[in-house]
Amino acid sequence: MPEIAAINQKANQAGIGPATAPASPVVMLKDVHKSFGSLKVLDGVSFEVGRGEVTVIIGRSGSGKSTALRCIDRFERINSGEILVCGHRVDDPGLDLRALRQDVGIVFQSYNLFPHLTIEQNIILAPCAVKRVPKPAAKELARRVLAQVGLEDKLHAYPEQLSGGQQQRAAIARSLAMQPKVMLFDEVTSALDPELTGEVLKVIERLAADGMTMVMVTHEMGFARGIADQIVFMHRGRVHEAGPPEMLASPRTPELSQFVGAGL
Amino acid sequence: MHIEFDFPAVLERWPSFLGGAVLTLELAFIATLFGGILGAIGAIGRRSRNRSVANICTIYVEAIRNTPLLVQIFLVYFGLASIGLKFSAFSVAALALVINVGAYTTEIMRAGFDAIPQGQIEAAEGLALSRLQIYWHVILLPAMEKVYPSLTSQFVLLMLASSVTSQISAEELTAVANYIQSDTYRAFETYILVALAYVVLSLIMRAGFWGLGMLIFPRQRRLGTPL
Amino acid sequence: MGGHLNGNHLLFLGQGMLWTFGLSVIALGGGGIAGFIVALCRVSPSRWLRIASGAYVQLIQGMPLLVIMFLAYFGLAAIGVQVSPLAAVGASLTVYVSAYLGEIWRGCIRSVPRPQWEAAEGLALSRAQRMRMVILPQAVRIATPPTVGFMVQIIKNTSLASVVGFVELTRAGQIINNSLFEPFLIYSIIALVYFVLCFPISRLSHRLERRGGAARETLTPA
Ligand SMILES: Nc1ncnc2c1ncn2[C@@H]1O[C@H](COP(=O)(O)OP(=O)(O)O)[C@@H](O)[C@H]1O
Ligand SMILES: [Mg+2]
Repeated sequence: MPEIAAINQKANQAGIGPATAPASPVVMLKDVHKSFGSLKVLDGVSFEVGRGEVTVIIGRSGSGKSTALRCIDRFERINSGEILVCGHRVDDPGLDLRALRQDVGIVFQSYNLFPHLTIEQNIILAPCAVKRVPKPAAKELARRVLAQVGLEDKLHAYPEQLSGGQQQRAAIARSLAMQPKVMLFDEVTSALDPELTGEVLKVIERLAADGMTMVMVTHEMGFARGIADQIVFMHRGRVHEAGPPEMLASPRTPELSQFVGAGL
Repeated sequence: MHIEFDFPAVLERWPSFLGGAVLTLELAFIATLFGGILGAIGAIGRRSRNRSVANICTIYVEAIRNTPLLVQIFLVYFGLASIGLKFSAFSVAALALVINVGAYTTEIMRAGFDAIPQGQIEAAEGLALSRLQIYWHVILLPAMEKVYPSLTSQFVLLMLASSVTSQISAEELTAVANYIQSDTYRAFETYILVALAYVVLSLIMRAGFWGLGMLIFPRQRRLGTPL
Repeated sequence: MGGHLNGNHLLFLGQGMLWTFGLSVIALGGGGIAGFIVALCRVSPSRWLRIASGAYVQLIQGMPLLVIMFLAYFGLAAIGVQVSPLAAVGASLTVYVSAYLGEIWRGCIRSVPRPQWEAAEGLALSRAQRMRMVILPQAVRIATPPTVGFMVQIIKNTSLASVVGFVELTRAGQIINNSLFEPFLIYSIIALVYFVLCFPISRLSHRLERRGGAARETLTPA
């Protein structure tokens, strides 16, 4: 495992794209079914994300995008199918949850910074508690990840003293401090004013350029087109269409055509 | 150590327990009814534009809420006696409980009043409703509906607290228990049974209030929102 | 009948007041520790712990404190377990307070927004770490005003200890009254002392509540 992590990191740093990466995908969903009671939310979802790849999930509200994302980090248990993330069998009941979550970073629409902790404390909490990183090293790490999102000067601020965009960037930094192999983003700009959206998207763009493997749900279609290696269009709990970003220009199905049209 | 329990010896006194329980419920009923009315008046009084009326209501609430019921009961008991009035223990107990729960009800109702948006009152004024009509339809009833859960828990707490009136020899459930345990020398069994009897009484009261709520707040009944 | 209220009486009342204070501290300490355990059980992932602690709360909240005290003092004595009034009163208050504080605190833990749990979970924190580092610090802030408010209930409830013969403030008053027979005067003084003890705490709780309300609004994300 450590070697793979090291290789992975090197690959990330070198910005090696999917073309040269080893064939085994970092995230794989195969025929995933998920219901809430009688409501079928995921109805046979399959897709793969290779190392260093960016997959963008799009689709109408209620189509199951968030649920799919949450299943990857096992915030929801699936009814049937297979999910493989960084070598973890997510659908296995005996899964080591905390090991999975050390490899996966997740950022939510509502930031969810811990309000009683400063930004620095928010960031070093998990590295210190989970990975037993010594305090000084963790603080150094905090400075580094905050620099990555352009918030070096907010180390000692409390979340409520930050704007929405800054809070969201801090939340991204907090996830990065765990040095995840995959990042999941669920509509991370949906709660933000348009002028604050840009600063968060820029951070994500830089992450992608650095070779981070990412799965994100977003409604920013222009951004999706620019950043994605793969687009997954979900409709009624199914992957209705999937492919390279160019597919947005020439939809094969009326549903995607309508969705893209409405988005313009 | 060998411990022997004899619940039947205590249970055979069930008619006395039942009598005590009925008296406890009577006390609770009287205190709920008149305490509720007193509380509504108190809450309206606290909103009064007349400063001295509002102040008197505030003093009443704070005085009651910051002193123990036991001491209040003694004060009522000896206070009435000192001005030459002689009432039965039951009447004194009921009076003290009404005064006590009236203060808590005032505070709860006031919170309910404060939760009524000003726009509602203005809308009612715009419809040319009288002051009294506005109070009844737009303030009192909606506020009651809002605070009904806290009100009813307060009334259940009051029923439990009424056990304290045993100290001025009101013949309610706890007083009956005291008598029976001294008679049977079965204090443990007696108080266990009485404690459970109170649990049952509070369940009965809660069920009653739930049903009453369904009756007087048709919206709750229709929409099925929990009270 | 038996003379006038004098300095010795006041000294005796003062002593009683100290015991009222002492009982309140015991009740808050014992009931706080037990209540904390009850609150943790109420939000436990184990179904059985939740059900058992829920039943405990329902049961205790359905009983008058006075009856619990009678049970602890006279009841236990009757089956051969001799306990001092202090032990009986302390245990009764602890049990009683734990049920109410446990329920208050359960609500506070529950009112920490669900996404906070998920964010902590997403960072690979264990359940105990999530509780200790993320949820409880936030719950404590929410819990402060109602807990301070409940302290007033505790102080008032210690007056019931008088009924099993424990000499706290109320009992001290009764004893003085037995020699002076000025009940209205003496109970008025007692009431005043309780008021002086309780009123500042009531006000504090009220102030915290208003400030807390404002703070909580700013804490919820936009
Ligand atoms: N925890 C849940 N319990 C019940 N229904 C849920 C739950 N989470 C999501 N749903 C339902 O599942 C459907 C898909 O939700 P979601 O995955 O959030 O869609 P999207 O993110 O695409 O808008 C919706 O109809 C939603 O109401
Ligand atoms: Mg969603």
